[in-house]
Order: sequence, then structure tokens, then C-alpha cells
Amino acid sequence: MANTEGMGASPRRKEDQRFLIGKGRYVDDIDVPHQAYGYFVRSPYAHAKILGVDIAAAAAMPGVIRILTGADVVADKLGGLICGWMIHSKDGSPMKAPPHPILAHDKVRYAGDHVALVVAETKAQAKDAGEAVVVDYEELPAVVNLATAQSAGAAQIHSEVPRNTSFEWELGDKAGTEAALAKSARVITFDLINNRLVPNPMEPRAALGVYDAGTDSFTLYTTSQNPHVARLVLSAFVGIAPEHKLRVVAPDVGGGFGSKIFIYAEETACLWASKKVGRPVKWTCERGEAFLCDAHGRDHRSHAELGMDENGRFTALKVKTVANMGAYLSTFASAVPTYLSVPLLAGQYATPVIYAEVDAVFTNTAPVDAYRGAGRPEATFLLERIVDIAADETGIDPAELRRRNFITTFPYQTPVALQYDVGDYNASMDKALEIADYAGFPARKAEAAKRGKLRGIGLSAYIEACGVAPSKLAGQLGAGVGLYESAQVRFNPTGNVQVFTGCHSHGQGHETTYAQIISEVLGVPIDAVEVVHGDTSSVQFGMGTYGSRSGSVGGSAARKAAEKIVEKAKKIVAFRFECAAGDIEFDDGVFTVAGTDKKMSIQEVAFAAYVPHNYPLDELEPGLNESAFYDPLNFTYPAGTHICELEVDPDTGVTTIVNWTAVDDFGRLINPMIVHGQVHGGIAQGIGQALLEGCIYDEESGQLLTGSFMDYCMPRADDLPSYKVDFTETACSHNPLGVKGCGEAGAIASPPAVINALCDAIGCRDITMPATPEKVWRAVQAKRRPLAAE
Amino acid sequence: MDMSGEYRIPAPREVVWKALNDPDVLRRSIPGCEEVVAKSADELEATVSAAVGPVKARFKGKVKLMDLNPPVSYRLVGEGSGGPAGFAKGEAAVRLAQDGDFTVLSFDAKAQIGGKLAQIGSRLIDGTARKMADEFFSRFCEIAAGARAAEVQAVKPAAAAAAAGGGGGLSPLVWVGGLIVAGLVVLGLLLAYG
Repeated sequence: MANTEGMGASPRRKEDQRFLIGKGRYVDDIDVPHQAYGYFVRSPYAHAKILGVDIAAAAAMPGVIRILTGADVVADKLGGLICGWMIHSKDGSPMKAPPHPILAHDKVRYAGDHVALVVAETKAQAKDAGEAVVVDYEELPAVVNLATAQSAGAAQIHSEVPRNTSFEWELGDKAGTEAALAKSARVITFDLINNRLVPNPMEPRAALGVYDAGTDSFTLYTTSQNPHVARLVLSAFVGIAPEHKLRVVAPDVGGGFGSKIFIYAEETACLWASKKVGRPVKWTCERGEAFLCDAHGRDHRSHAELGMDENGRFTALKVKTVANMGAYLSTFASAVPTYLSVPLLAGQYATPVIYAEVDAVFTNTAPVDAYRGAGRPEATFLLERIVDIAADETGIDPAELRRRNFITTFPYQTPVALQYDVGDYNASMDKALEIADYAGFPARKAEAAKRGKLRGIGLSAYIEACGVAPSKLAGQLGAGVGLYESAQVRFNPTGNVQVFTGCHSHGQGHETTYAQIISEVLGVPIDAVEVVHGDTSSVQFGMGTYGSRSGSVGGSAARKAAEKIVEKAKKIVAFRFECAAGDIEFDDGVFTVAGTDKKMSIQEVAFAAYVPHNYPLDELEPGLNESAFYDPLNFTYPAGTHICELEVDPDTGVTTIVNWTAVDDFGRLINPMIVHGQVHGGIAQGIGQALLEGCIYDEESGQLLTGSFMDYCMPRADDLPSYKVDFTETACSHNPLGVKGCGEAGAIASPPAVINALCDAIGCRDITMPATPEKVWRAVQAKRRPLAAE
Repeated sequence: MDMSGEYRIPAPREVVWKALNDPDVLRRSIPGCEEVVAKSADELEATVSAAVGPVKARFKGKVKLMDLNPPVSYRLVGEGSGGPAGFAKGEAAVRLAQDGDFTVLSFDAKAQIGGKLAQIGSRLIDGTARKMADEFFSRFCEIAAGARAAEVQAVKPAAAAAAAGGGGGLSPLVWVGGLIVAGLVVLGLLLAYG
């Protein structure tokens, strides 16, 4: 009997019931008795010495319970925030990771840096008092421009970091790449900026720190994508409390996109303050604060050189990137421009040699870290743009040039560390070209021209590496943690199932997809499966959700645990029917003894497991509860082709995306409807980056100029087309589900497709993101002027 | 933010220069000014309270006079704190030129804002600041011109280029920020003359 709720089915999302009726439970919904409220005093300067903090007047204000400053952090010998991925420079020296204090003490290093925490009876009282805290600043010159941050004349942000450079890293064969470029028939050069983004999840960050003096233990309710990692850092590095005295709960979380992976100062300070104050302390980030202090994304400047032979085959790729780290190294900041980005420079192409250098540079801006795609969008944008420029300069059709260079045999070892296990890049491109009616584009362009519109088409053939793995390799590359995932599958006596996962769902739909995996293996309906996540006191352990790992790594762990359940259940059935476990067959929730009519449903087995009146206890333990840790053998490599077709109004510079085709190979799909949703959201974010979003700091003062939705443009429904989403399938070869990651692909594939289409429409070589109507209009005018002069 | 302006005042240059040195003239000219105190020959402090719609804010500023060349030119460097709204600092170069029985006052001012002012209001502040600068100069010129006030000409009013930025729906912070910046610039100009 076919399972209609297992892998490949699209049942509605189980979690949506509570979200749709307003019964989600987010951190800000949680209130505890005697709760007080925290407000952070933030620096208005990008770079300044703190000469003194005067809290006297503020402390005397109504409702103020306590005001904590950097001096209190020092006095309590609290550890700072950490960066969990060690990168070594070319010369072998370790990256420079200067202290990142919970509250700034001697200096502030970006506008928004946290200087004091005011705890008061109400939010308004905390805020009023915060405004009365007098901080004596001596302003210092701000370092903002990435192009000059490393120069001798730039101010030094951290005394221990000369030239504001954390590390200078390289990967690949430098000599081989340079030799191949020298011999190439043609070398395409391209300088680009990957624009800085503000994550803006719908739910801002929030924290509620609770200290229980009776048990000397802490609980932190927080907006986290990875509560166990948060607990690990708070326990081992910040030193708040050992893990058995520290519970971290991440309940419903309204979007993360990477920005809630990191361990931030605010959440940490609330937890610490709860003991010092003797009251629970709650802080809910305001939108304006989120702009200032959530870790931002992207912000790379790169120079690229692509060598080609006379037949259009790529001979070599050389890249130099300067990556903005912001004022401090955030939790995974060092990995983003290095191991999460450079290995993707091979893309879908058999470029024989690649060499890349990355400088990580401090500036007086908010810390920069992983944001949907994390390094892979940056690499993909560079590659898919330079390939399109190469097509333009050689006169080879962009689709044809890509095909000529596609990798076609697998497994394929790239020159930049990765081994692709499977893929079929021609299949996804063929399907995308067909759906988009690529051949019919010239006619549509001509028709648009009659209406006075410039129509363009752009391709992006991307690859992604998801689910960082294996732990052994990650460790060799500098990761401070392993990147396995854990799961526990527990049958309760009456036949329902709880799945405990270390991944966290904040929009991904795990409560449905994990239930489908369990349903597939155990033959139980998904309504009988509860997925438990986000609480360190109920889930054994886990590394959390990021890098499109939850399906392939977390889902595989769940499957592995479910398979152990089947094995254990067979022993119980074998005991019951007095036969060998090897004679038991299991299909769709029913155990049968081969060659007999004896059978038992898995629910009956579960009941039997917990009512062991006559078990031979030395051979068979009661219970039906198994756990598993799954450590992947490799990354998964989703890939595909996205095609953007758009029209530009030459008079206004307004770009309208008219068609979008996405053909992705995510391996097997657990829930196609949810995968569609992931693709849609990712493309929306990528279009946002390409056309609308750009985080701007004032070059001189380091003030954040795009600090609200008045100045930072988020994509809205009317900015987006109706997508045509389809799939091809090469099942992942090394995980038991055959799945690849799908959460970030849309955001990775889409920006170059948009800009390639824009350049095609306008007939220009490049246009920087975000390609606002003003930039587009100027580019159109620049093309028109010489014509007008003729 | 950069702004500049030019005014023709029907008074001799020395009279204009003297008026600029008179804290009382300054106090009467600065919109919302409560107090101007000369801390020393080249340093002034002022308290300005300003209101737009329902929002009222008081800010304190300090201005230093530099490169004094009486009665021809000087430079003002000022700094002010709007408390929770952030800070503003500015610099203005002011020149007085004699033209018959008129004095031509011209200025180039530059202001920088920080904190919430910059985060929320940066693109809306210019217009407000220019409007306030204009208001200051109109009043100042009238006082300096005395009986000939009707002959004052705004050759290049500061606000001319800044009609934009108005309209409804601006957050209180934007207005407050604009006022603070405007006040500082004005204050700076006043002090420069002082």
C-alpha cells in the first residue's frame, strides 16, 4: 500500500494551524512572573573612546532596577563572544580575532555598539532611563570604505590588528593558475561589489533570561536557529553557567536567514543580568535596533580573471576578494568568505585550475556574517556574471558557453577542495530553456521594443554546497565544532511518535517534513508524529539549522533513528511470535513473519514494548526509543539553472521581471510543496539583493544611513513575478534520503540571473547591485548618448 | 549635508559684524532660542527649543569661532547633543562683503549627524535645516537692517533648493533631528558672527 504522506507527498504544513490562528509562541509571547525589561544604550558614534559612563541620573529614575556597563562585565570576568571557525593566513598565522565584549568598555567600534544595559520595571522606564545615561565619548576617525580600510592612513579599529586585517587567506594553485592565464587565448577581467544586506527576518530578535536561585540554574528563551550551539558558547566561552545549569529554549522563531545563528551580546547580557538583578530580564529588539546590530550579510569587493581558450573553454580562474567583517568577528564570519565561498568558484564548470585570495577586513560597521547562502551567493554571482561577460565578449550564446564548460562526469574533484558526487547540469539547463522558451526570446524582445521597452534575458547556472560536512574535514579546515546532527525517535505506548531533532525550524516546515520521513520509514500517519525541537532540556543535542543542512543531515539522522526503531521492534515481534528476528518483514507499519499469517502493527509493537511483563530482560530491553547521530560523508550539491526575463522602461529606469524559470536538482524531494516555497522565498531575497536592497553607511562618519524601511527597500509581492518552478533529479549518493539542500538555492541562483538579464536588456557590460531605477536609467542614458551624437 | 546661502542686508559691514557679536541679537534671531551665553571671546553656548507639530525638543550646542578676520570672515565649528536622538556637528564659513550701502552675507555650511538622527532621518533633514537657516537669516537681517528692514534681499535663500522632504507621515524623530541640525547650523552661523 502506498504511503500518501511519506517522501514525495505534499501534505499541508502541520505547523501552519497554529501560525494561521495566531497561536504561535514566540519569545516575546513568553512572560514569566516578576519579569523586568532591558534596554540597551548604544553608541551614536561609529568609532570612539569611552571616557566615562555616568549612570547616576539614570539610576535614580522611576522604575530603574539596575544599570550594567562594560565595567560590570570586566568585574565579573565574563568571557567575550567568539568566532567559531579558525582561518589561517597564507603565512600560517592564525586569524586575528580581537575581543568582542558583551558590553563595550574602552571603545565603541560601530554605530549601535552596546554600551550599557538598563533593567527597569517596564519597557518604557528602561528606555527613558537609557536615554539619561551619559556616555562621554572621544570620537575617532571611522573606517568605512572597504577599498581603503587596509591602507596605512586608515584608523586602526583594534589595537592588535594592524591594517585592520584579520587574515589573508588563499586556496588553490597560484602558480598553475597564473601560468594557465598567461597561456590563455583570452582573459576576461571583472571587478565587482557584492552589496551589503540587512537580514530583516519578520520577527526581530528577542531574549528572556531567567535565573532560578533555588536551583542555581538559568533558562534563556531566545530567537535562535541553534539553541545547543548557543548553550555551548554561553557555557564554555562566556562562562555563564555549566550546561547542566543552563537551558536554552528557542520556541517559534519568525525567520532567521542566518541572522539568528549567531550568539549575540544582547541575549547573553539578558541572561547574565537575570542573576545580577535577581529578576528575569526580557529584551525585544526594535526594528531600528535590528538594522543597527543584527549581523549583516555579503559586502565583498572582488577582482576576477577568467582565462579561455580559442574554443571558449575555461582555462583558469583567479579571484581576489576583500571581505568586510564589520567591527568584530561574528560567530561564523570567518568561514563565510573562505570555505563557504571559494570552493564554489568551480560552479558547474570543469575549469582546470582556480586560485583565490581572501582578505578579511575590519570596519566600523555592524558585524557581517552568514545570510541566506553565506558565501555561496557571492561566489555564484562572481562566476555567473563573469561567464556572461565572457559570452558577450566572445559572441558565444550564454547557454552554449555554459554547456561547453559543464562538468559531465561524476564524481568530480574540483580544483578548490570539493568533490561533487552527482549532478546533471545539461538536464536542468535543457528543461529551464524549454520552460522559458529561450528560443522564442528574440521575438519577445522585438515585440517589447515596439512598446518602447528594453527586454533582456539572463541565465544563472548555479551550484551550491549544503550541509557542511563531514565533521572530520570541517575540523581540518578550522571548524570549532563537528557538523553531524542528532535525532531521537520515541514511540509512546499507544502508538504515537515523538521525534527529537537538534535542527530548528523557523519557517522550514520541519514539523511536517520530518514527520513525512518518519511516516515513510515507520508507516505511521504524520498526524501521529510530533516533532520536538528548540529546547536543550528535551532534545539530546544538535548543531542547529543553517546552510541547508536540516533535510540532508537532520533528516538523515531521523531516518537512521527510525531504522533502529524497526530493528528493535523486530526483536519484540520475534519474541512475541517465538521466531528469529531475521524472519520478520516490515512494510508500511506492519510486521509479518515470513511465510505465515502472523502479523503485528507497529502500534501493537509499541504497546508491547512498554508492557514487558514476560521479557527476557537480559536479552530484550523494554521501550521503543532510539537515537542516532548522523555525520554526512560529503556536502550535498544542489544545482540548476534559473532564467530571468525582464523589461526595462528606458524613460524611468524601472525594471519589471516578466518571467522567472527555476529548474533545480535537489535530489529526492521530501515535500515538493515546501520545496516550492523555499525556492520562491529564496528567489524573492535574491531579487531583493539584485534590484532593491543595499545597506549604506556614510563613508566619512560611519553612520548607518539605511536604518529603516524608509531607506532600505525590501521586496514586496508587486516587485516579484509569478515563478515557474520545476525540478530535475539526481539523488544524492551518500545520504539515506537521497536529498540535497534547498533552502538557500533561490537566493544563490537569482542575483546573477537578474543582472545578466538587465545587462542584456540595456546592452551594458555591468551594473552594480542593487540596480535601482536611477542606476538603470543612467546606464540606459549612457548607452543612448553616443547614439544620439552620431 | 551641505548648504549655502547669500543675503543682501541694507547696513554697513561693521554694523552687521557687530550685530553678529551681540548675543541678544542672536537669541532673538535663532528660532526657538532660549539662551545664548558667551563663554569666552570665541566660544558660545546656546539652548534652543524647537517644535514641529506635536514634537518639542530642547538641545544644547557649543560653537567655537575660528579664523576670525573682522569684519570680513570667520569660521564656526559647532557641536550639539540632542540627547537620545543623537548628535549633530557642523562647520560654517561666513563672509561679509561691502556693496555700496549694502552688506552681502554669504555662508557655506556643512553638518554631520549621528545616532538615530542619521539612521532614520538623514534624507529628510536637509529641507528642515535649510528652512530654519532661512528663518534665522530673515530675522537677523531685519534686526541688523533696523529701519531699512524692508530692503533686505535673500539673494540665495538657503531653503530654495530644499522644498522636498516635507509632507505628512514623517516620524517625530525626523522632525526632531531636522530641528537639531537646523538649530546647530543656525547657532554656528550666529556664533561665527559673535
